[in-house]
Amino acid sequence: MGKTFAEKLLALKAGKNDVRPGEIVTVRPDHLLSHDNTAAIVEKIAGDLAEFGVANPDLHVVVLDHVAPASTEKDAENHKAIRQYVARYGVKHFFDVGTGVCHQIMVEKGLARPGMLVVGSDSHTCMYGAVGAFATGIDRTEASALILTGETWLRVPESIRIELRGVLSPGVTAKDLILTVIGQMGSDGANYQCVEFHGDIANLTIDDRLTMANMGIEMGAKAAVFEVDARTIGYLKAAGVPRDSYQPIWADADASYSQSRTYELAKLSPVVAKPHKVDNVVPVEEVAGTPIDQFVLGTCTNGRASDFELAASILRGKRIAAGTRLLLLPASREILTQTMASGAMATLLEAGGMLLPPGCGPCLGAHLGVLAGGERCLSTSNRNFKGRMGCAKAEIFLASPATVAASAIHGSICDPRKEIAR
Amino acid sequence: MSKVWKYGDDVNTDMLFPGKYTYSCSKAEQILPHLLEDLDPQFASEVRPGDVVMAGKNFGCGSSREQPALGLRAAGIEAVVAKSFARIFFRAAINQGLLLVECPEAVDAFRAGDTVGLDPAAGTITVGGKGFSFPSLPEEILAIRRAGGLLPYARAKLRSRR
Repeated sequence: MGKTFAEKLLALKAGKNDVRPGEIVTVRPDHLLSHDNTAAIVEKIAGDLAEFGVANPDLHVVVLDHVAPASTEKDAENHKAIRQYVARYGVKHFFDVGTGVCHQIMVEKGLARPGMLVVGSDSHTCMYGAVGAFATGIDRTEASALILTGETWLRVPESIRIELRGVLSPGVTAKDLILTVIGQMGSDGANYQCVEFHGDIANLTIDDRLTMANMGIEMGAKAAVFEVDARTIGYLKAAGVPRDSYQPIWADADASYSQSRTYELAKLSPVVAKPHKVDNVVPVEEVAGTPIDQFVLGTCTNGRASDFELAASILRGKRIAAGTRLLLLPASREILTQTMASGAMATLLEAGGMLLPPGCGPCLGAHLGVLAGGERCLSTSNRNFKGRMGCAKAEIFLASPATVAASAIHGSICDPRKEIAR
Repeated sequence: MSKVWKYGDDVNTDMLFPGKYTYSCSKAEQILPHLLEDLDPQFASEVRPGDVVMAGKNFGCGSSREQPALGLRAAGIEAVVAKSFARIFFRAAINQGLLLVECPEAVDAFRAGDTVGLDPAAGTITVGGKGFSFPSLPEEILAIRRAGGLLPYARAKLRSRR
C-alpha cells in the first residue's frame, strides 16, 4: 500500500522505514519558529539554558511581528528581552520589527522548504505546506523544550485528500475556495489530520496556495500541503533557494485516506465567513448590503503583492465610502516594496486606504485598528472569533481581497463580480 | 462539592483567553482573572479547585496560545471532559499536565445538577450515577504526564544523557 505525504515525511524525520497513523514518533524538526512570545518561551527555561545551553542555535527562527513596533512600554520590554536572548545564544535567524509577519518571512527567506519539518509557536504555522513542508503549530512550553532538546513528539496523522479541478472564475479567489472547503468540513472537520491538495494545482499560484495552507488550522488540520511543482521551484529560486538544497516529498498514488473530496473550481462563487466562526460560511449575496465600519486588506493570509494588486485593480480611480476606513497591512517589507514599485499601494492610498507597518496589526486585537463595541469589520484575515479584534461586541466578517476592495467602495458587503464587470 | 462548568461546541481560544492579553499575561496569576472572560464572566471569580469543565466538540480550537491550558490547570480544574479537542489545545494540555477526557457519551448524558466522578487510571467517568469509559492515552504521553509536564520530562531526559 502507498504512503501519504505525512507518513513519508514523518518516517524520514523519525529515522524509520515506516510509520502509520496513530503512531507517536520522536522527531527533530528542521526549524522552530516563535515571535513576540519568544520571551515567555525563554523565561520558562532561564535556569535550564544556563545549565544545558541551546540544542542548536540554527533551529530557532525568531520574528518580531505581533505588536510591531512596540505599542506599550511592556511590549518594548518584551522585544528588548527577545533581542538579548538572540544575541546571547547566537540565534542567527532573527528578524526584527518591520520585516513582516513570521509566516511570510519563513517562506520568503527560504527557511521553510520542501520536505522540511517545521514547528512554530503559532497556529498558522501550517502555511508552509504551500511549499511542500510539513508545518504545524505547537504551544510555548513545547517550544521551550525544543530549544533545550531539539526534539519533540508527534502523532502521525491520518490524511484527507482534496482534489481540485479546473480554474477559478474572475472575481473568485483562493480565499473563496478555502473558505468554501472550511464551511463544508466544519471547524473540526480535519482535526488532528493532514490535508493534501491534489489535482489541477498548477492553476493556483504560490500566493493562492499560501492563503489556502494558512487556513488549514481553521478546519482543525495539523498540516495542509501542496505538491512541489514547477511553480514552487520557480518561486523558491526567486527567493534565493537553490534547487539542490531541498528534497520534495509527495504522496503515492495509492495512499490511504480517511476521506476524499473533489471541488470543481469553476463552480465556486465568492463567499463570506460570518461572525463568530470561520466555518460560518455563506454566499456573498446572503450578506450583501451589511454595513461595514472597517476594512482590513492584508495579513499573513492575504497580504501578498498579488492581493494588493487585485484590490488596486478594483479600487483604481475610486474612493472608499465616507465614514469607513480601509487598513492596508502588507505581510512583509519586501511585499510593501513590491507594491510600491508596481503602483498598487499608491492606488490604494489614493482610494483612501491607510498603510500599517508590515506585521500582525489589528488581526489579533493588540493594536493598530482595534474595534469598538457594535462595529463591523470585513477582513481578509483568517479568524473572526468573538473579541479577536478588540471588543467582544464587535463583529468580524472574513472574505477575499476582491470582496473587501469592492465592498469598501460601497461601505457595505458587495459581490466583487459586480465591480469587476464594470 | 465540586462544580461542573458546562459549555457548548467549538469553544475557541479567544473565548477561553482573549487574544488582546496574549502578550501581556503569561504567568498563572496574570491569566486567572481573564480566564473564560468572553465566554462566562462568572468563571474566573467562582471557579474552585476540583471543578470540572465539560463541553461539546472541538474544545480549544483556534490559536496556539497556551494560557487556556495553563490557566485551567492553575485554577485547579480536575479535568476537561469534551466530545473532542482541537489538536493544539490537546498538546498544550498534555504539556501542562492538565487531564483531558474525550467522552461524547458522558457529555450527552450530563444534565444540570448532575455530579461528575472521575477515575483517570481506570478510564472511567460517572455522570449523574451513569458510568462511561474513555480510552487511555498512549504510553509516551502518559510518561510526560507522570513527569509533571513536558519541561520536567525534557530536563530528566537531558540529565540522563550526560
